[in-house]
Amino acid sequence: MKPYSAWSVFRHGLRGNRNWPRAWRDPEPKSGYDVIVVGGGGHGLATAYYLAKVHGIRNVAVLEKSYIGSGNTGRNTTIVRSNYEQQANANFYEFSLKLWEGLSLDLNYNTMFSQRGVIDVAQSEGMVERYIRRGNAMRLNGIDAEFLDAAKVREELPGLYADDDSRFPVYGGLMQRRAGNARHDAVAWGFARAADRLGVDIIQGCEVTGFIRKGERIAGVETSRGSIRADRVGLAVAGSTGHVAGLAGLRLPIESHLLQAFVTEPLKPVIHTVATFEIGDFYISQSDRGSLVFGGELDGYNSYAQRGNLPAVHDVLEAAVTMFPMLGRVRMLRHWGGVVDMTPDGSPIICKSPIDGLFLNCGWCYGGFKATPGSGWMFAHTLANDGPHEINAPFALDRFERGYTINENGAGPIFNRH
Amino acid sequence: MIRIPCPHCGLRDHSEFTYLGDATVSRPPDDDAGDWTSGSRWSHYLYARDNPRGIHEEFWHHGWGCRAWLVVTRNTATHEVIDSKLAREREVQS
Ligand SMILES: Cc1cc2nc3c(=O)[nH]c(=O)nc-3n(C[C@H](O)[C@H](O)[C@H](O)COP(=O)(O)OP(=O)(O)OC[C@H]3O[C@@H](n4cnc5c(N)ncnc54)[C@H](O)[C@@H]3O)c2cc1C
Ligand SMILES: [Zn+2]
Repeated sequence: MKPYSAWSVFRHGLRGNRNWPRAWRDPEPKSGYDVIVVGGGGHGLATAYYLAKVHGIRNVAVLEKSYIGSGNTGRNTTIVRSNYEQQANANFYEFSLKLWEGLSLDLNYNTMFSQRGVIDVAQSEGMVERYIRRGNAMRLNGIDAEFLDAAKVREELPGLYADDDSRFPVYGGLMQRRAGNARHDAVAWGFARAADRLGVDIIQGCEVTGFIRKGERIAGVETSRGSIRADRVGLAVAGSTGHVAGLAGLRLPIESHLLQAFVTEPLKPVIHTVATFEIGDFYISQSDRGSLVFGGELDGYNSYAQRGNLPAVHDVLEAAVTMFPMLGRVRMLRHWGGVVDMTPDGSPIICKSPIDGLFLNCGWCYGGFKATPGSGWMFAHTLANDGPHEINAPFALDRFERGYTINENGAGPIFNRH
Repeated sequence: MIRIPCPHCGLRDHSEFTYLGDATVSRPPDDDAGDWTSGSRWSHYLYARDNPRGIHEEFWHHGWGCRAWLVVTRNTATHEVIDSKLAREREVQS
């Protein structure tokens, strides 16, 4: 398959764009592979890509029960950032952000990564202190951070209601200029195409329904399209982790929860960065098509339904018109829900599981899109070397019972509070 | 909206309640508190969850109503509420 280029876009344009070849093959599953990755979201596809590219392991299948990107990868609001305070998070998310910075070129696919900046708006004096502290921690880690005073925040966010009499005043904000967002589908498609070109089989419409055992070890998977053997099986099924790991008899520190997202009709450019707020964890950005994309808190109860509920819709819209009264007359186009894999410390798990041959990539909560390249890279490393890289070593499953949780928000071990 | 039948207040919107989570895990006795070994009762209680896709027993607090804690049985795949009872009237598992 030829690489995409400006010339190929031009040439296919002249022929009405009717003759583009498939971006990846549609193979039948083989009877066995060296590695099986379960879940064709960004993380599973990136894992397969880095297995082939970095470790030369090309006899790899990605098994996806629906179509690739149909899970959270295609449902998220695409914020990419590395503005973390905890050491393990800073190391990992900054590694991932650096991969993002070269990703479109590396994949030969435009992921539309746009470093338009993310501002965390401080709405209380306590939060000012906290954001300055976090910004300092970031700078000590070599990550860019800038504290903006209230006037600067107003300048960056012209539609913001930040008058002094506001019930939710604005005191300042922590800006990471290298942060931003990307096109969600393009990330799944780009990794899929690049992995496929290195020989990875991407098998859609193939649900894992059980595991093959050899003694205690995992020796493959049962699927809706037959048994497939592999000595190493990696799970990257996000919100479905509880269910799929349960098929192997694992009980994990994960609860599946609902998170919704919202999109308006397209507008002229009005919001130039990504902005997050204290009120209801509200956040907003504007897509390249002009739609405002925003969201807020979890619905709050365990769910696998991929369908949100009205109280959360009400809360998010209330926060939206409170902070940006100009949105009062904008029409909503769509809203939807995704099932997120919440952990009791809000941080992910990338490690070997207690069962030989089974590896875990899960616990991404509502923030795993930004992790996509870094997560795939680290999971590939862990699968290839039968153990973690130093950057993902802290994200092991046993950190909970050992007392080494990575708790960015400082909330207690309650899943829906992170 | 999920509607939860409260034994005191009748059928109420779930937005009147606060959610705590899995009601099948129970707090181990305090004299176990030093035991943090793998699979210990404390780490199970605090962290490990069945997280089923299907029937789930869970705690809801009727904070905007009678303030009672309920144990609600609900299907996590469909949000259908199957049963609810007062937590204090439930048989305590040991
Ligand atoms: C509304 C919303 C907003 C979000 N916003 C952001 C954000 O702004 N920034 C950010 O960084 N993160 C965000 N996230 C989180 C982010 O989307 C996820 O953490 C990330 O996309 C997870 O990627 P993944 O590849 O692990 O999972 P997914 O994309 O969910 O992929 C998992 C795949 O596994 C498949 N699968 C499940 N069970 C099986 C089975 N038995 N057999 C085979 N396949 C199976 C599923 O069909 C799915 O395609 C958001 C999430 C949601 C829901
Ligand atoms: Zn009541």
